[in-house]
Amino acid sequence: MDNKTKGIFDDPKNVKRVMYFLYASCMLLFALDFVIDRHVYHSWENLWGFHAIYGFVGCVVLVIVATWMRTFLMRPEDYYDDEWKADIGTAVDEKHTSKAGAFNVDD
Amino acid sequence: MWMTELPPFALFFIGALIAGVTSGRLRGVVMLAIPIVSAANLWMMPEGVHLQFAFMDYQLLPYKIDKLSLMFAYVFHIAAVISITYSLHVKDTVQQVAGMLYAGSALGAVFAGDLLTLFVFWELLALTSVFLIWARRTRRAYVVGMRYLIIQILSGVLLLVGVLFYAAEKGTLDFQYIGLEGVYGWLIFLAIGIKCAFPLLHNWLTDAYPEATPTGTVFLSAFTTKVAVYALARAYPGTEMLVYIGAAMTCFPIFWAVVENDLRRVLAYSLINQVGFMVCGIGIGTALAINGAVAHAFNDVIFKGLLFMSMGAVLQMTGRINGSDLGGLYKTMPKTTILCIIGAASISAFPLFSGFVSKSMVMSAALENGYDWIWLMLLFASAGVFHHAGIKIPYFAFFAHDSGLRASDPPTNMLVAMFIAAALCIGIGVYPAALYSLLPYDTGYNPYDATHVLAQTQLLFFSALAFVWLNLRGMYPPELKSTHLDFDWTYRRFLPLVLRRWFAAIWKVDEAIRRSFLSKLDSGLNYLAQRHLGASSLLSRNHPAGSMVIWVTVLLAIYLLLGFSRNYLS
Repeated sequence: MDNKTKGIFDDPKNVKRVMYFLYASCMLLFALDFVIDRHVYHSWENLWGFHAIYGFVGCVVLVIVATWMRTFLMRPEDYYDDEWKADIGTAVDEKHTSKAGAFNVDD
Repeated sequence: MWMTELPPFALFFIGALIAGVTSGRLRGVVMLAIPIVSAANLWMMPEGVHLQFAFMDYQLLPYKIDKLSLMFAYVFHIAAVISITYSLHVKDTVQQVAGMLYAGSALGAVFAGDLLTLFVFWELLALTSVFLIWARRTRRAYVVGMRYLIIQILSGVLLLVGVLFYAAEKGTLDFQYIGLEGVYGWLIFLAIGIKCAFPLLHNWLTDAYPEATPTGTVFLSAFTTKVAVYALARAYPGTEMLVYIGAAMTCFPIFWAVVENDLRRVLAYSLINQVGFMVCGIGIGTALAINGAVAHAFNDVIFKGLLFMSMGAVLQMTGRINGSDLGGLYKTMPKTTILCIIGAASISAFPLFSGFVSKSMVMSAALENGYDWIWLMLLFASAGVFHHAGIKIPYFAFFAHDSGLRASDPPTNMLVAMFIAAALCIGIGVYPAALYSLLPYDTGYNPYDATHVLAQTQLLFFSALAFVWLNLRGMYPPELKSTHLDFDWTYRRFLPLVLRRWFAAIWKVDEAIRRSFLSKLDSGLNYLAQRHLGASSLLSRNHPAGSMVIWVTVLLAIYLLLGFSRNYLS
């Protein structure tokens, strides 16, 4: 296949459209909180937009904490590789990626 | 209709035998026919004990059906049909046989009416599934498979010891409520906990599942953890500790999932997160919560299978699975993209998709029983799972930056398998009554009330908004070629290092002790030697010539004496 296959998201306009759709949906959903007669199970849910705010803040915190975790948990890709390279003596050039269709081992 | 009294595992084992000696189209037909026949057969089977015999003083019940085991058996049949369809193109006999045996072992475990039978299938699950990892036939897969096997067998050994204690205490082997009492209660709990991927016992899963073959991982994701969930639901419902363990399981893996590069490892982390919801439900233990846990296990097998299948398709067609290598595949793999998005929507619990109708039961039960903080954790985990499994997986594989990879959609059988799973995800989401009718309890629960739908949709859309906002601000962590340390670091790096240091120290002490002993011995010998070193004493190095002459004279004299005595005596 040629390398220039055009997808719908190669056009920035379409990406913009998706974003605007998301923004509009968010606003609409937030507004619905004031319209729909909600029967809540928990007092926290009485706050308008509780789930919206919780979802947004939760995700931002999640990503920030996870990014911070990288500072002390991240290691090079081949960090553990000596486990299986050690017992064959010489370094083997066996990459994690393999050729397409390489898993159809014949009988 | 033709019926058989044979338990499902026997049918699957026979299927495995046939799969071992056939090949090509015939093998495909047989392998697909087995789960379909078995499911039809099961549908007609009444509840109760269908097989029993005595073993020493104990009653063994290898085939006992009740509502709880039926629920898991149905979904295992569905999973078997889907996984076998997905792997029809695979010509590797090892994988096909292992897959059949593995599915059969899972069915054997859920119908085990006694603990000894459970133990046998518990170990068979480990022994058969490891071949799906080794089948990748790389050195890495071999090492990972070994690690996987050791941990799984350890779980089996703990179970066996627990069962022995249980039998000694209770005088029966019946598999029923056990609870956290006595040594046996804790041992069995720990054994199940390992297979269930409890926190700190979870690394076998994130270690091994991403290293199996593209088709093997689909099998793996369906059975082992769900058998463990089944065992927990039977033996430990209402155990409060499970609420906290489950909540921890929903929350901690999502942090790793956000930064992990290997997309199948991301899914492995989200598998733990989903199992967390089930464990939490079992811990709450009310009818609604248990229903939620079981229903969620049912749905999870299907949507997690779908996600693993879509990533398996990407790996199969491009040879890559790291987020940093992928992107832009929607152009050439449109069908896989859409099917993946359906799986992503299901796991994220969008209304009208399957995750929504089951996860909400657990969350409602948490609120009803006053677990407010647990509910907040579950809510956070729901947002988080959407973030990493719902958005990250499809986004980095199929959209994001164009990686230049131009792989086509996978073979038809893989697409068909994904299509079946996707259809079930939507079908259950739209018409949950079908699923609810199979559940152990009748609770009259309705997931589709306006408040709940609105709350969940808000949560998800604003999570998506957070993703967009973080991406635009450049705060989203990029996919990097990297390894992120997890608890397995302790036994893959830290313990070996500590042991090496320990032994180095021990050798050093040992050497010092030997050396001092040797030197003592040496000096002792020297001392003795010195004492007897004088001229002509026992150990002296040089003897005067005079004494030599005397000794020669003595020898000659003896010789002469002997000569005489011989002459005279003969």
